[in-house]
Order: sequence, then C-alpha cells, then structure tokens
Amino acid sequence: MNAFVNIANLLKSAKEFFPFHGGVHPPENKAQSTQLPIAQLPMPERLILPLRQHVGNMPKVRVNVGEQVLKGQLLAEADGNVSAAIHAPTSGVISAIEDSIIPHPSGLPDRCMILTPDNHDAWIEKSATDWRNTERAELVKKLRTSGIVGLGGATFPTHIKLNAQGKSGVHTLVINAAECEPYITCDDMLMRERADEIIKGIAIAQHLLGATRVLIGIEDNKPEAAASMRAAIIDGMEVKTVPTLYPSGDARRLIYLLLGLEIPSDKRSTDVGIQVFNVATVLALHRYFDFGEPSLSRIVSMTGDVTQPQNFEILFGTPVGDLVKAAGGAKPSVNRYIMGGPMMGFDLPAFNRENMAVPLTKAANCIIAASPALFAEPPPAMPCIRCARCADACPVSLQPQELYWFAKGNEFEKAREYKLFDCIECGACSYVCPSNIPLVQYYRFGKSEIIALDRAKEAADIARERNDFKLERIEREKTERAERNAAKGLAAKEAAAKKEVTVLNTIDAAPSDVAAEANLAVAPAIEDKKAAIAAAIERAKALKAAQSDAPKNVAEVTSAVEAEIKAIDARREAAAEKVAAIGGTEPAITKLADVAPQITTQSDIDAEAKQAKIAAAIAKAKAAKQAANQQSESALNMDKATKVDDEKAVEAIAETAIKVSAPVVSQVSSVEQEQHDKQMKIAAAIERAKAAKAAKLAADS
Amino acid sequence: MVGLSVVLGLGLGYAALKFKVEGDPLVARIDAILPQTQCGQCGYPGCKPYATAIASGEADINQCPPGGDAGARALADLMGVEYKPLNAENGAEKPKAVAFIDEATCIGCTLCIQACPVDAILGAAKHMHTIIADECTGCELCLAPCPVDCITMEPIGETPDNWKWKHPVIPIKAVGMTLH
Repeated sequence: MNAFVNIANLLKSAKEFFPFHGGVHPPENKAQSTQLPIAQLPMPERLILPLRQHVGNMPKVRVNVGEQVLKGQLLAEADGNVSAAIHAPTSGVISAIEDSIIPHPSGLPDRCMILTPDNHDAWIEKSATDWRNTERAELVKKLRTSGIVGLGGATFPTHIKLNAQGKSGVHTLVINAAECEPYITCDDMLMRERADEIIKGIAIAQHLLGATRVLIGIEDNKPEAAASMRAAIIDGMEVKTVPTLYPSGDARRLIYLLLGLEIPSDKRSTDVGIQVFNVATVLALHRYFDFGEPSLSRIVSMTGDVTQPQNFEILFGTPVGDLVKAAGGAKPSVNRYIMGGPMMGFDLPAFNRENMAVPLTKAANCIIAASPALFAEPPPAMPCIRCARCADACPVSLQPQELYWFAKGNEFEKAREYKLFDCIECGACSYVCPSNIPLVQYYRFGKSEIIALDRAKEAADIARERNDFKLERIEREKTERAERNAAKGLAAKEAAAKKEVTVLNTIDAAPSDVAAEANLAVAPAIEDKKAAIAAAIERAKALKAAQSDAPKNVAEVTSAVEAEIKAIDARREAAAEKVAAIGGTEPAITKLADVAPQITTQSDIDAEAKQAKIAAAIAKAKAAKQAANQQSESALNMDKATKVDDEKAVEAIAETAIKVSAPVVSQVSSVEQEQHDKQMKIAAAIERAKAAKAAKLAADS
Repeated sequence: MVGLSVVLGLGLGYAALKFKVEGDPLVARIDAILPQTQCGQCGYPGCKPYATAIASGEADINQCPPGGDAGARALADLMGVEYKPLNAENGAEKPKAVAFIDEATCIGCTLCIQACPVDAILGAAKHMHTIIADECTGCELCLAPCPVDCITMEPIGETPDNWKWKHPVIPIKAVGMTLH
C-alpha cells in the first residue's frame, strides 16, 4: 500500500503543476503599468489613517490630538488577538481623530487618525532584531506590534499566521506571487526590483514556521519577475511557474496548483502543514526584523485611464487623489475609481476625479481609473437559462446557479447548505454568465444577510440567558426575603412579648401603645430614606438649573428670595427638631404617652396644609407650562416661576416626611398614610419634571 | 408471546426514563424564533410566557412587533397555521434601537435597573446609571419608570461593521447621471 502511495507521490512531484477546476482568463492588461519602475510619491499634505485597515478588532488609539509623532511611532495598538497595530507613516502632528470616509464598499465614514506631516520624515529609534538567535515565541510576540498584515489584499494579521506554538508542523511555505487578477502589477514590480529583499523575508518566515520547503508560485505571464526571483533564491527554495489562469492567486487554488492538495472546506492549510504568504508581506517581515521598520508603506498599481500608469510606493493614509496626480492625472472620461482589480475590487466612495480624499490603506494593491470606454456598462441581466457555465467556471466547484436561486429567494439556510461560505467571490461565474447576471452580488448579499441573522441569533441567545438569570435571581431574592422575614417575625414576637412585660412593669400602658412604639422604631428609618431621596432630587435639580442658566439664577437672588430661602431653612430646622424629638422619645417610653397625641394632631394640620400646597404647586407648574408654550414671557420669569414651584414642591415633600415620622396610633392607618404619601410624591415628581422640561425648552428657545 | 411483550415493555419503560424530554420542546422551538427582546408588547411578561401561550393555543402568532414580519412567518411555518400580518394593537415593527441615559439628568433612583429584563443597566442608588449598549435589547421598558425622563431610545446606525450588501438591483435606465 505504502509503495502505491509513494509511487503516486513520485508521479505527483514529477508533474509541473496541478490544474484546478474552472477558472477564466480575462484580458490581462498588465503591460500598461509595468513600463516604468516603482516610483516614490511626494509627501502628501495629510495622511488619513483609518483604524479599520485589517481583518479583526479595531486597534486602540494610543495618541492624542495635537501630539507630535515620529515616523514609525505606534499610533494605535492591536486590541485582542486578531488585530493589528498602526504606526505613523511619517513624522508630524496628529491634527484630528475623527470620522472620515474610508475605502470600503459601504461608503460609510469610520474612525480615522489624521496626520499632518512636518516633512522632516524623522524616524523613531530603530532597532534590528537578531531573529536567528531569538526565541520564536518572542519573535511572534514582537510581530504583534509590527502592524504587518497580509498585503495581498486579505489584510489578515500576519502574527497569527506565524504563531506556530509547537502544534503547527508546517513543513511547506508557499509564497504567493501569482498575482492573477487583471491590471494589478504591484507584486510583479516588487519581485523585479527587490527580489533579494523578498528572499530575506522568506528566510525569516521559514525560520518562524520551521518549514523545510519553500515554493514560490508565479504565473507564467511574469517572466521577468520569475527570472529575478530565480536569481535571488537560496537553498531550499524553489520558483515554480504556473499557467496564467484566474484565480490562481487564491491561496487554496495556488496550493492545489503547486502541490496537488485540496484543503477541506472546514480545515485550514496549516492543518495539512502548509502556510501561504504574499511576497509583499514577507518583504515587510524583512524590513521589520532586519531594520526595525514597522509596516508603513506598500506598493500600489495606479492604472486604467490615467496619463501614465505606474506602480508607486505609498505611505498608508495617502489620499487616492495624490496617487492619481502622480500618475499624470485622470482622463476626463473617468467616472469612478476601483480599488482592487476589475474582478474582485469595488468602487471607491465619494468620487471626485481630480481630488479623491479617500485614503489608501494596507489593503490597497491597485487603483483603476475606470471609464465607460474601459469597462462598458454591463448589459441588462436576463433570466438564468440554467446553462451551468458558471458551475464549469467555479474554481471552488460550487453550484453557482443554485446559490443564485437561493440568495435571490432569500432561502439563506439552503444557500448555507450549498456552501455559500466557501465561495471566494472571485467573479468567474459572473464573467462567464451569458445572461449577464451579477451573480457575485447575490452571493455577497446572501452572505451578509446570513451573518446578520447569525449575529441577531447570538444576541437573542444572550438576552434569553440574561433574562432567565434575572428571573431566577428575583425568585431567589423573594424566597430569601420571606425566610428572613419569617425569622425576624419570630424574633420580633419574642421581643414584643418581653417588652410587654417590661412596659407593664414600668408604666401602666395599654397594648396599643406598644404597637405605636413598634411603629416608631421603623418610622425613623423610612423617614431617613425619604428625606435622602428628596434631597437627591433637589440636588439633581439644582445641578441642572445651574447647568442650564447659572448666571440668571445668580442674578435673581434678591433679598426677597433670600428671605424665602431662610424661611424654608427655618421650617426645615423645625422639622428636623421635631424628628429628633420623636427619635429621642424612643428609648424613653415614659414620655411617649404625652408626645404622641400632640404630634398626631399636628400631623392632621400638616396634612391639610400639604394638600393645599401641592394643589398650588400643580397649578403653578401648569401655569409655567402654559407660559412656556406661549413663549411670551421671558425665560427669566420662567425660571423664577419654576424655582418657586420647585420650592413649594420641596416643602410639600419635607412636610410629608415629617408626617410620616409622626407616630400613628394604628398600623392600618400608617399603611394608608404611606400609600397616600407615595402617590403625592410621585405627583410632585412628575410636576417637577414637567416644569423642568418646560423651563429647559424656554431656555433653549 | 408473553416473554416478548415483557421484553418490549421493559425496553419501552427504560427508553421512557433514559430519553425523557425535559420541558416542552415546542415551547423551546417557538422561543428560539422569538427575538428575546422581553418587551412585553405581546401582552405577556416576556418571550418565554408568550411562547408558552402560543404553544397552548392561547395567543396568536402575530403579536410580536420586534420579531417583525419575518418572525410571524417563521412562527406560522412552525405552528402549521396561516400567516397573518402583525397585529397593529401590539405595536409596529421599529428599527432596532438601544436605550441611552442622559447622565447629567439621571438622579440615581434605580427604577430603570429594576425594570430592565436583561440587567443591561449599570448603576447604584444615588449614583448615575448607564446602559450596557451591547446587552440592551431595545425593549423600552426602562422609559416609563424614569421619574425624570432621562432615557431616550437611540436607533442603531449603520457602520462599516454592521453594513450589509444590498440585494442587487438592476437599473432600468441611467441617463446623464452617475450610479452609486
């Protein structure tokens, strides 16, 4: 058996490449932008650095607006594992951290750091790493702060892909230099000009992964690049040319092309011992470890309808407009800019032919100035005729026509069953469709709907869990309280029995007095709480008043108002004294019999007074509201009215509090009283809130 | 024959104990469709009680506004009944929103904390409260108890994070204008 496997393997290795299923060969259009070498861009006036430049969590900003930064300084650090840092591409000042349009198909603004360069281009202190003599784990940890992400376009943080942690067993490193999409030539030019640097980067990646074999896959339409790489490679590396067929640059397709291995849909390539890196990414590794330079720039192809298509090395955050200018400007027919290639790219938002402000990010491998002459408006889509040409073209061997029906009919579960998420959105199906159906758009729509549904489901599950927990907690608290009360009741009964004996012994008191005494013990506690709430409400109100129009209030404190405040204070003190007196009676029961009737009568009087005052307060509040509606009175008067009204309400509450504190002879009446008080308070609170709102409205107007 | 019946009887008895289903699976399946907003707009004190009511035939399938039209369809599908549009009495479907507390106005009364069905409000007595936006279901139950009306509902805006590709639309004709 083994012999057969060996023979099969031998046959496989003898084969030059393994063609994958499907694929298309659109016009290459690569020659335009390879006529000139890679050029540097003049320093832009400002750099716009979106926090969202990679797959995963947004990084945490570590600079402040107005801060002077040096080239290579950390601006935002990786948050969580799947995240990448962002560094200052040049020295300058952080002029703003704000929402700005980012290169994203949504066209929505997102958080960006704006850097105004000072044109000194002053570096931070750089330090190279002796990577050959450093622990691998240490290197990977260091890589987390490098900001390096996959520069092929997927922008997956590189430190995760290199995080071997022992279990990896990666034996083969595949370097993706296929660059299969039309128009894009940034990797081609990079290999032609900087092959030796790429090879140094490959050596680092190989060392980090412990891979024994390195395969560099290049499409056969880039003979100069292949020759340049062949001249630079060292032992253990092999350059393999593969036929030009889109999408051979997809990682799984390239692995199949080079090794004849199909990676199962639910597995990663590392599960079979293969890791894939783009040429630009390994070059970034070399710059980071051998020079201490974090990821600050990349090569971008500027092509399409511009005067001179060319590749440029750009700093991250450079506005697209600067790139267009450097390429000689866009032709008048240009009506949109595509980021990425014509197959998988998307139209950049906020189109402005001369002055695109949208920045270039780590994902920007190519900008195409598109015009109707270059990309004709697609003819209207016709019905699907089930010719299954899309299925023949699909490099992932899916059933695109079925997926199309499911996505169109919102049958998302079916689409998922048909492996919608294995679709790489390469666009080969749309390219071959004789009915011109925008198939990929349907798949993208289906995918984002499914992702949204999954998120909603997850949120619902969490909400269900939290609700269950809350209900359970309320139930538990209820039983605990019942138990506590039962225990307390028992203790109280015993205590009451004991006290009765003592009371009977000391004075000749009726049992009703004992009940009153029991009430009294509780009353101060309730009174304290209510007074505290009233005070808190008052404080909040005072704060709000002070915030809304502090100067007016200060000016308004006339002698009359002061006198009123004094009067209120005096009343409050009196109330406090009363409360203290009642509190004082508790231990000395002998005094109670004398005080109780007196206070009870007092409380009756208070009740009448309080009701009258509340009525007055409500009337005042209504008047204030009317005034606010009419807006005829000045805001000044309004404030006064509100204030007076508030004071009255506070008085009412203070008096209510006193009343509660008064000993009530029977328990039943005490409960009634409490309910009544509560209602009154709620009414007062509502009136106050209304008055406050009216005042605020008036003040605003 | 008797032996066989004894053996089968024992087998069935064992299976009944071994594979006993806890709870009502239908209620759980209905509950899985409901959005778990716990808003009570259906007239029941939460999603689970509403699910129980549907399962027992007490409630109709069209009383859940947050679940929307899609929810009513899914419920109709599960229960094998005719689809009905949402009952207007229970309210209308609204875009998802989260509560927001104006912290300057909040007096720290804890009433909203008690009202929140998913413990998404953080705070203590006499200290200002705040919403844990990620946990908020947008049920609006905290709005009514607030004595100072400091809670507002903020619709969740579209960000590049939650943005969705739109259903492809084939333009009828584009003359003299750029398509976006």
